[in-house]
This record gives sequence, structure tokens and C-alpha cells, in this order.
Amino acid sequence: MLLYILKRIVYVTPVALGVSVICFLLVHLAPGDPLTSVMPIDATAEQQAEMRAAYGFDRPLIVQYFLWLWKVLHADLGNSIATGRPVLTEVSRAVVNSLILAAVATLIGFTFGTLFGFVAGYFRNSPLDKIASAISVFGVSVPHYWLGMVLVIIFSVQLNWLPSTGAGPGGSSNWRPDADHLRYIILPAITMSVIPTGIIARTLRALVADILSQEFVQALRAKGLGEWGVFKHVVTNAAPTALAVMGLQLGYLLGGSILIETVFAWPGTGFLLNAAIFQRDLPLLQGTILVLAMFFVGLNLIVDVLQTALDPRIQRG
Amino acid sequence: MTMIIDRLGPVPEVGDDRGGPGTPLLAVKDLIKHFGKKAGFLTKAGAVVRAVDGVTFDVGKGETLGIVGESGCGKSTVARLIMQIIAPDSGDLLFDGEAVGSEQLDLTSYRKQVQMIFQDSYASLNPRLTVEDTVAFGPRVHGASAKQSITLAHDLLHRVGLEPARFAGRYPHEISGGQRQRVNIARGLALNPRLLILDEAVSALDKSVEAQVLNLLLDLKEEFGLTYIFISHDLNVVRFMSDRVMVMYLGRVAEVGPADAVFSNPSHPYTSALLASMPSMDPDNRTQEAPITGDPPNPINPPPGCRFHTRCKFVADVCKTKEPALTDVGGLHYTACHMADPTSGHPNALNAARAA
Amino acid sequence: MAAIADAAIVVPAKASKGYWASVGSRLIKDKVAMVALTIILLIVLAAILAPYIAPADPFRGSMIRRLRPIGTPGYPLGADELGRDMLTRLIYGGRLSIFMGVVPVLAAFVVGSGIGIFAGYVGGWVNTLLMRIIDVFFAFPSVLLAIALSGALGAGILNSIVSLTIVFIPQIARVAESVTTQIRTRDYVEAARVSGAGAFTIVRVHVLGNVLGPIFVYSTGLISVSMILASGLSFLGLGVKPPEPEWGLMLNTLRTAIYTQPLVAALPGLMIFMTSISFNLFSDGLRSAMEVKQ
Repeated sequence: MLLYILKRIVYVTPVALGVSVICFLLVHLAPGDPLTSVMPIDATAEQQAEMRAAYGFDRPLIVQYFLWLWKVLHADLGNSIATGRPVLTEVSRAVVNSLILAAVATLIGFTFGTLFGFVAGYFRNSPLDKIASAISVFGVSVPHYWLGMVLVIIFSVQLNWLPSTGAGPGGSSNWRPDADHLRYIILPAITMSVIPTGIIARTLRALVADILSQEFVQALRAKGLGEWGVFKHVVTNAAPTALAVMGLQLGYLLGGSILIETVFAWPGTGFLLNAAIFQRDLPLLQGTILVLAMFFVGLNLIVDVLQTALDPRIQRG
Repeated sequence: MTMIIDRLGPVPEVGDDRGGPGTPLLAVKDLIKHFGKKAGFLTKAGAVVRAVDGVTFDVGKGETLGIVGESGCGKSTVARLIMQIIAPDSGDLLFDGEAVGSEQLDLTSYRKQVQMIFQDSYASLNPRLTVEDTVAFGPRVHGASAKQSITLAHDLLHRVGLEPARFAGRYPHEISGGQRQRVNIARGLALNPRLLILDEAVSALDKSVEAQVLNLLLDLKEEFGLTYIFISHDLNVVRFMSDRVMVMYLGRVAEVGPADAVFSNPSHPYTSALLASMPSMDPDNRTQEAPITGDPPNPINPPPGCRFHTRCKFVADVCKTKEPALTDVGGLHYTACHMADPTSGHPNALNAARAA
Repeated sequence: MAAIADAAIVVPAKASKGYWASVGSRLIKDKVAMVALTIILLIVLAAILAPYIAPADPFRGSMIRRLRPIGTPGYPLGADELGRDMLTRLIYGGRLSIFMGVVPVLAAFVVGSGIGIFAGYVGGWVNTLLMRIIDVFFAFPSVLLAIALSGALGAGILNSIVSLTIVFIPQIARVAESVTTQIRTRDYVEAARVSGAGAFTIVRVHVLGNVLGPIFVYSTGLISVSMILASGLSFLGLGVKPPEPEWGLMLNTLRTAIYTQPLVAALPGLMIFMTSISFNLFSDGLRSAMEVKQ
């Protein structure tokens, strides 16, 4: 097992390096010089050259990359142009909020997704299956930013039950698990959970139906095993995949939260990205995306290892 | 199945026979193919499967060579090596006296002369092409016009017993397994080959259909002057089809000789065991004990010495250490068994020598 | 989607039905897929014919008729925050929204299939190298990658299309590679090889016909995602710029109206949702019509 983990890490390293290359190149994709947006318009050619040299933009691209990578490996993501604070500080604060939101949404999605998926897979082609399938198609087709707006219209504007924006009372930017803060997380978390609900339900429906149609289940039934016993077998066989899908969904939500965080003004990485893009704060943009992508790579690795540990059919060689 | 033999279609011309009747059509020398992972960056060399491990044989002009053996013995790999679908690790192929891939015989002209019929009649037909397009594909590739190749395809379909008017426009999933295999045969003939390799070509068919296809193959052989390599695990079918038979075991030739000699007087214990395992038609002659037990050993780590020694009831010390060479037992009949070689040191070898 | 209906008719009816004809006839029996297709065709048709059927000018507003409710005389679906007719803008909005949703998938279909089929057919280290590069793109959740790219490139229609195309290329290429790798080892491809055909001919005759179908179905499934993402980029201000009518952008500019005219404010999103779910249902129908064992 330890060998397998090592192997996966070796395999992930080039991917992580590739991710860093893409993040590095992002800044250079931007039209013009990365410094154009921060330099005063009336800067002389001499001042511009001085500034470029100070930031190292006069060096060849490959040299710039390795200088940048060296800093990144020493936990230095540069400073935000807009606030002047280290990017790492900004991102770590935001990432906690995003993680909380994504985790709550994943839990909701997992609960309902498993429920719908199991019901649909067990009672294939029954009305229950049709309903569960409709819910999962809805989940993967609805523009979640619009769903967020609709929920705000219903629960905040019309019914006035829940707050529409922010992470806590008085513009609190640090979410805490208390009653006040809990009210703020309900709407964004439900909105966000719609996608994983749909995807987990779809996956599990196919998985459960597949397991039930397999010969070993028929053999178990033929041996006189009751429905409860069959159910336990199905759960054991479906669990590794379900957990893997859930893990990946957490990563997707964390990276894809920008739209929902914008709708709900949730002080997370999505909000930070939005700010970075419109203030053309390229170091902040680069740093946030790097952290999120690396988080996703790490999560993938963990999911992979856990799935292998849980599922005896996957070879560890 | 009687077929009207009309000589409209492709017929081998005398000029094709370059090497003369005495030269084997195909000579295979020391063919070796090992599958497996080579050592790479961060990976150890994986297990090596010795699929074909030094195989030598000839196929005479106009004859049918049967190749038999259990699954995994390397017979299909031999077919694919001859077809140049996969490259051998080492070994030579001489076609009518000329080395394949040499200046005299490049790969394109070799492939026109050697064709193959695959076992899975469905997998070997493109599901998106009609029957006539499948047969016409080869001639089209080799420069025939669309019209010419379709005409040729219709003619060949007629010859394999599929009326073009009914079958030409059909798709593979719309015809039966036997009909599909006839299409495969028509495709194999479309390039006017001299050698046809039939790799388990009838194994997947129902018994009644199998008989029809086998008769068709015999008719076509005569009509087109073909040479066959007939690969099968079914000994009855091989006996019915073949002039000579080669028995393979774990990537090596165990025995080779005229079909009658091999079947009526097997000289390798493995061949005897295979024959004994055939279901007998005579209830009085029922097999009482299992002549051969267990699966063949793993070709990843073939046993040292004679590869059959782990399952052979005549096993002696010499079998565990020394690999037997093919020995002439008379009448173009060869066997790779120490018992056939009086000098091998096998206790039964002397008896055999005395008896001879 | 129109292409499929056409293909079903165009395939010459020889002695028997071709593959696409049988897929077409199965698809026609699928009620859900047909309803979805009808909705898509209606929205597309309305968008194309917008100048002829829209009741008003999509750009002309009226400061005194801002944010009118649904059913106001002259404004059947209300008026937006600048007093422009909502129905008109929703009809016109389909033009850019569908264009920006479909074009990236089409472009990625061409490029991604090319890369994937090439990698799959050639195999070996070329395949390994290309697939490793594609793995790197899979390390980004697609929303993040789309936003990162268009955030770096800057707002604009072309930039969003480019970003979304880059997002979808790796996904399509991966599917194309795996389908091609499967087909490549089929006996009929080997039979074509032993008949002396060159790689180009084999790919054209024997590989393309068998791999493009599955890749196409997978790609139609991406249109729904692409629509949501494209409108999402505009919603963030990264796609279409005002005053162009586009559903995502309209949703964004109407956000402040949720307190006064919530129903009007939700309309553009409803359009995105209807189009996206129709593409999804049609794609599902197409998939099951193609999966039937022959």
C-alpha cells in the first residue's frame, strides 16, 4: 500500500508541475505586459524598463518560470497589487470559507444524491426512478447562479426567512459554526449542492442497477439471502465509487464556486478571483488559481488512494 | 456443396510461382516473439510471456498445414507473426524462396499474396460498411476503380455462396455468423492471394454451418489453387482439412508430420494425450481416465527442459533439464521428445530404439 | 442537432437501413428527446428570425418604463432595468447565448477528436505524452479553468469562446483517444492493415466511421455545460459586454431588480435552463438510441 501511495505521488508530480506551468503562463496570456495595468500611464520608457527589471520581466520566460517556481516552493506567491498584502495570506483566509461552503454542499449533495440514486437504481423504471432521474437531470442542467437568484427571491425577498448575502451578520468574513452564521450558509450551500446531487444520483443509479443485475447478487438471492442482506452487499460494492465521486465533487465545487460566491457575496476564493480579475490583480489571480488547482490535484490523489484501499478489485501493483 | 466452377475471376497464373514446385511456399525459421514490459523509467521489467519461442516449419505449395494446440500455446501468435500484424523479436520468413521485407518481396506485394481469416466473424467486419464495401476495400486500396472492385466483390460473394442481389447491401449485424464468415472468406480472396491463414476460422460456428464452410474452403482451395494454414483447437476439424499437422505446446513445436501419421501413430506424449481426450464415438472405447490433467503451465515461466514434463506420464530426469530437439521418426514425421532419440538418456528411448 | 435528422434521411436506403438511419428511427420514437429537440429548434429558429418576429427594438429603452411587470400592455414579458422590452431581448439573447454555447463545443470537437484519434491510432510514447499533457488540464475543475483563462485574456466574446474551447478540448480528446484505442485493435482494422491499406485510408474508412459517433454523442452532452458556462462568464462580466442582449449578461444586470420585479429578473436564467436541459435530454436520447445492441 505504501508503495502504491509512493507510485501515485511520483505520477502526480509531473501533473503538478504542468499545473504550475499553466498558472505561470496565465499571467503572460494577458494582453500586453503583466505590468501595464499597474504602471502609471505617464511612466517614461526608462521607468518602465526599470520596473520590468525589478520584477524580472526582462529575463527569458523559462528563467522567469523557474525563479517563480522557486519562490512558490518557498510559500511565496508574491504580493497582491491591489492590497499590497501577501497573496498567500489573502488566499488562505478565503480558502477556509470556500472549503466550509463546499464541504457543507458536498455533504448535502451526497446525502440526497445517494438517496435518489439508490431508490432509482433499486426500483428501475418505476415512477420513483422517473422522479429521481428528473431531479438528477435538473441538477446537472440548471445554471446554479440562476438557481441561487431564484432561491434568494423566494426565501429572502418574498418570505424574508434567510439572509441573501454574506457569510455572517454585520459583514462577518470569518464563518463560525454558530446559529447566526448557520443561517447565512443555508442558501448558498443548497444552491451549490444541486450539482453533486445530480451527478452522485446518476452515478449511483447506474452502479446500483449494475450490481443488482450481476450474477453474484442473483446467486445470493438464490441462496435465500433476504433483501436486507442483498442491500448490504450493494452498499459494500457501491461505497468506493460513491465516495470517490463525492471526493471529486468537493474539488469541483471548490474550484467552481466563483459564480455562486458572487451571487451570495460569500467571502471565499471565488469572490477573491472575481476581485482579482476586475482589478487586473494578476499575482492574486495566479496565486488563487494555483492554490485551488493544487488542492484539486491533492484531493484527486487522496481519493485515488482511498478508493484503492477500499476496493479490493483495484490492483495495487 | 457443389459449386459451378466458372473461371471468370482471379486465378493464379503460372508466372506467380517463382521458386518452382520444390520450394516451400512459406518457410518459417526460428521465429521468436516474447510479450511483456521492458524495463523503463521507474518501472521494473514486467513478466515476459514466451508466446512463440523458436518455431521452425515449412508450408508446401498447395498443401494444407494444420496447427493444433491448447489455448495459449502460441498458434494465433504464429498466425499474426506470419501476417506481419506484429513484428517478431527474431526469426526469418521466406515466401516462395524470398525473404519477406527484402528488395525482391516488399511488404505490400507480400500482403497481397497472404491473407487471413479471423475467428470472430463479427469483430472482423467493420459494422459501418456493407458487405460489398468490405470485400471491395482491398482491391480499392490496390488501385482498382470503384466499379471494378464492386464487380469483383459481387463475383466473390457469389463464389462463397452469398447471392450479391440479396447480400451485397447488407450490414454485418443483419446476417448470420456463417454468412459473416463467408464474407470474411470473400474478403480474404479479393486480393487473389496464394496463402490463406485460417485462424480458428470455423471455431465459433454451429456444427452444421461449420461443415458447410469447411466444404466451401475445400472447394475454393481447388478452384483458386490456394495453400492453407489451418489453425484450430478442434482435432477432428484439423484432421478433416489438413495434409500435414503441426502440434504446438507452450510456444514450441511438439510434433509435426503427415496428418495420417500424426493422428494414427502419434510419437509425442502430448499428441497422444490430446488424441485420447477426443470424445470417442464408440461407447465401448470410452476414455476411462483423464489422459491429461490440469492447465498448461504459465507461459510466463515455462518449465525448464521439456516444457511438457510437468504433465507427462513418461517423465524422466533428462526431461527436467534438457530441452528435446525435433527428431526424425521417419516419413517426414518429426517429434520433440527424448523418447524418440536413442541417445537422449531417457529410459524409454532405448526400448523405442530396440523396437524400431 | 439538425445534422442528425438530416443524416438519417441522407443515408441511401440500399437493401437495408444504415446505422444512422436506424439510430434516427429509434430517436424519433423517444418522446422526451423529441420534445427537447423541438424546444431547441424553436429557440434557435426564434433567434435566427429575431428581426422578423421580435415585437420591438432590443436596444431602444425608455427611462419612464423601467422594470415593468410581466403582462404590461406592449411589454408581454415586462421591461428591463433600462425600459427595454424583455420578450424582444430574450429572443435576441438566444443568438449570442446559443452561439457562445455551441461554437466552443464544435471547435473542441474538431480539435479534440483530431488530437485524440491521432494519439489513439499512433499509440506508443506519442500517445502517452499527449495524454499526460491532457491530464494536466484535468487538474483544473472546468469552471475554474474557463474563468482563469478568460480572466487572464480579458472580457469579450472571442476570448470566452477561446477559453471554453480550451476547456473542452482535453475532455473530448480523452474520449476520442480511448474509443480509438479500442477500435484500433479490432480484427477488422487488422484485416484492413493486412490488405495493405495505408494508415490514412484505414483511419478514413474504418476508424472514423466507428469513433465519430461516440465522440459526437459525448460532445452533444457538453453543449449543456458550455451554455451554462458561457452565460456564466457573461454573468460575471467576462463575456458579452453591454448593451448586447445575452441571457447571462441580462441575468447579471437584472440582479438588482430581484426586489422590485423578481419574475422579470429570473426570466433570462429560465431561458438558459430550458435550453441547457433540452440539450441534455436530447443528448441522453441520442446516447441510448446509439447504444442499442445491433
